[in-house]
Amino acid sequence: MNTFVFEDFKLGRLGRFGPRRVTREEILAFAAEFDPQPMHLDEEAASRSMLRGLSGSGWHLCSIIMRMMFDGFIGRTASLGSPGVNELRWLAPLRPGDEVVLDVDVTETRVSRSRPGTGIVMFKAVASNAAGHALCEMESPIIVQRRDQGTAER
Amino acid sequence: MFFFEDITIGQRREVGSFTFTAEAIKKFAAQFDPQRFHLDEEEGRKSLFGGLAASGWHVGSACMKLLVVDGQRLAREAAARGEKVAAWGPSPGFRDLRWIAPVLAGDTIKFATEVVSLRASSSRPEWGVLEARNTGTNQRGEPVFSVLATAFVPRRNGGG
Repeated sequence: MNTFVFEDFKLGRLGRFGPRRVTREEILAFAAEFDPQPMHLDEEAASRSMLRGLSGSGWHLCSIIMRMMFDGFIGRTASLGSPGVNELRWLAPLRPGDEVVLDVDVTETRVSRSRPGTGIVMFKAVASNAAGHALCEMESPIIVQRRDQGTAER
Repeated sequence: MFFFEDITIGQRREVGSFTFTAEAIKKFAAQFDPQRFHLDEEEGRKSLFGGLAASGWHVGSACMKLLVVDGQRLAREAAARGEKVAAWGPSPGFRDLRWIAPVLAGDTIKFATEVVSLRASSSRPEWGVLEARNTGTNQRGEPVFSVLATAFVPRRNGGG
């Protein structure tokens, strides 16, 4: 399988990934470990929360998006990691049984000044449920190796 | 936990620390972020990180865990004093998340939160909107994680 390098990323639509079904058990397990708020753990408390029903942790959805990006393209990309996330918005609750799809666009590409053997690829990712409602959108850069620059890096 | 009216800009709170064992790093990565430098010590050493590194989403999730658990501790203490306890709402998102330095196997990260801004919610009068800078610092005092997070905080007496 070919490995994507910096030069392979063009501005515009990269692809649609998923669907990835999220079960109630997964939501409860993630919440118990990392985000034990009643709205993510307890149906009764969740029904009285602003989100009106059991919902997955926002960090769980982020982690699922990461996995979908990995399965979609990062796993085949000469990725060196990410310095951060510019902005992330949780737009609607993740519900048990949701089938999440992820639309990814490339919004910017530039060669790194500090590491000329690498480039920065900016992604915009939107996660939606089967009804087409956006659940989360984020913009985040990834550092990617440039073509034939492998030996320039440590 | 506090009501909107109890909070002032600049309030800072240490929320606890989290040790990233190699086992926990690999378990999280296998599930959510199976890039080679999060799964294997040798691959981590060869990467920009210089060692087996935790997924950035693992670091963010650990920060969330400590914020929630510490908040629940404060809520229990307030309830024990007979005070009315505020139940915080969900977060609409965050900005300017930075994975400043790698979190490597064996690192212990201390997390803190500091209130940056406060405003009334225009659409929901019973809620206020709080922005906080949440940060993580390793055992050598080096900053490794920073995020400007937003949350809905209930107003005392329902904003009435």
